[in-house]
Amino acid sequence: MTTSNARAPARRLAAFAAAAFLCGAAAVLGQDDRATQEIQKYRQMLEEGNPADLTEARGEELWKTPRGPKHATLERCDLGLGPGQLEGAYAKLPRYFADTDKVQDVESRLVTCMMALQGYSYADAIKNWYSTESDIELLVTYIAAQSKGAKIDVPATQPREAELAAAGEALFFRRSGPLDFSCATCHSHAGRRVRLQEVADFLLPEDARAAMIKWPAYRVSQGEVWTMERRLIDCIRQMRWPEPQYQSEALIALQVFLQKQASGGVMDAPGMKR
Amino acid sequence: MMRATMPLIAALLALTSAGAPAAGGNDTAVKKAEEIVRKSFVEVTPDEWNARLQQDQTQAACSYYRNEPPPDIAVRIVSEAQASIRYPADGKLLGNWKEGAKLAAISTGGHIGKLQPDPPGREHGGNCYACHALAPQEVAAGNLGPNLTNYIKLRGNSPGTVKSVYDKIYNAHAQYPCSLMPRFGHNGWLTPEQVADLVAFLLDAESPVNKGQ
Repeated sequence: MTTSNARAPARRLAAFAAAAFLCGAAAVLGQDDRATQEIQKYRQMLEEGNPADLTEARGEELWKTPRGPKHATLERCDLGLGPGQLEGAYAKLPRYFADTDKVQDVESRLVTCMMALQGYSYADAIKNWYSTESDIELLVTYIAAQSKGAKIDVPATQPREAELAAAGEALFFRRSGPLDFSCATCHSHAGRRVRLQEVADFLLPEDARAAMIKWPAYRVSQGEVWTMERRLIDCIRQMRWPEPQYQSEALIALQVFLQKQASGGVMDAPGMKR
Repeated sequence: MMRATMPLIAALLALTSAGAPAAGGNDTAVKKAEEIVRKSFVEVTPDEWNARLQQDQTQAACSYYRNEPPPDIAVRIVSEAQASIRYPADGKLLGNWKEGAKLAAISTGGHIGKLQPDPPGREHGGNCYACHALAPQEVAAGNLGPNLTNYIKLRGNSPGTVKSVYDKIYNAHAQYPCSLMPRFGHNGWLTPEQVADLVAFLLDAESPVNKGQ
C-alpha cells in the first residue's frame, strides 16, 4: 500500500497534539468526544428516513423504462459482471473494460450503456449530471443500492487499473493552488475534524471503508443526493482548484485509489451525509 | 532573525550528514498523475492554470515526498520560505486583534468553477477555526492543527515570538518544511496587514484567545 512516509504528517500532528495537551487542553479533548458523539446520534436519527430511498426507486423505474433514440431499457447494461448483472457490480468499480479499452467508474460505464443501448449522444447522456434531477444521479443510486451487503473489491491488479491506482495515490498527495492543499492535507490523519466534521483518513482502511460504503449519499447540507464524482468535484472546489471535467481521468484515478483503500468494506449505499 | 534561522538549518544539515533515508514518491506515478491533471482540467484559463494547478518548487517537492522531504530539500524549502516573507509597510507585526478575530472565522472566498463559485471579490479569510481551537467561545473548532487557546501562556508575547508567529502565518514552511498550513502571506491570500491582525488575535493579551479558563 502506501509507503511509510505517507504517514509522516500523522506523526507530526501527534507531536502537535502533545504540545497542545501540555498547554492545558485536556478539557477540550473531552469536549471533542462529546461533540463527535452528538453528531453521530444526529446522523443515525436522520438515516432512519433517508430521502435517497426515493431517488433509488426513481432510478429503478428509469432503468427499466424504454428510452432514448433506440427506445430501449438499460436492463442489458454490462457493469462488469455481464449484461444485466447488477448485484454487487458497483462494489467492483472502477475496473478495466475491454470493449471501451478504458478503466471506467460507475458513472462513465453507465454513460457507455446509455449510448450503446439507448442511442443517446454523450452530451445528452450526461445532461445536467450535477443536478438532483439528473438521470445519472437516479440511475447511479439505483445501481449502488444493488450492491448493498457486497464487499468493495477493487484490487486494481489489472495493469491499467494498477497504473491508475498509483496515479490516483500521487494525485491524492498533489499540492497546488492558493492554499497549497492536497487531498492528503485533511484526509491522511486519523481522528481529526475540520470544524466539527470528522474527516476520513483514507490511508487507514477502516476509515476509507466507512466513507466509501455510503456513496452515493443524500447530503443534508445540500438537500441532494450526490454521486462520488460530484463529491470529489466539490472537494476539489473547496481546495480552490478549478473544476475537473466530469468523468475525467483524474476523477477515475482518485476513485480507483480510494476504492482500493476501501476494499473489504461492506456496501451500505445510498447513505446519508452531512 | 538570523538567530532564529541558523539553528533550524544547522539541525536540518545535521540530519543530511547523518544519512537519513530520503523516501521519495513513485516517479512513474507522479509523471502519470501530471499527465492526467493536464487532460482533466480542460476548461481552465491560462491564468487559472498558473495560479491554481501549476505547482511551484515547494508544492512539487512536498507532493513528491508526501510532506516529509529529505534534509537537503527541506533546507531549500525553509530557506526559500524565509526569503519570501514580507512585512507590513509600517513595520507593525502586532495588528488589530478584532480584525484578526473576524478573519479567523471567514471560510469563504476563492472558490471558482461553474457549480458553486464565490462572487468575484468575495473576502478571503484565514478560516483558522477549520483546524485550530482559538477563542474558547467558538466551540465549532477543528483539530487538524494544534489547539491555540491561551496562546500567550504557551509562547509568551515577546517581540521574538511576535515575529515568529507572523512568519509562521505568512509562510509556514519557513519554520516547518512541508507544513500542512497554507502559506497565507506568500500566496497572496492575506495581506501583510491581515497577517499582523491574526498575530494580534493570537498574541494580544486583550484577545479572547487569551481569555480561556
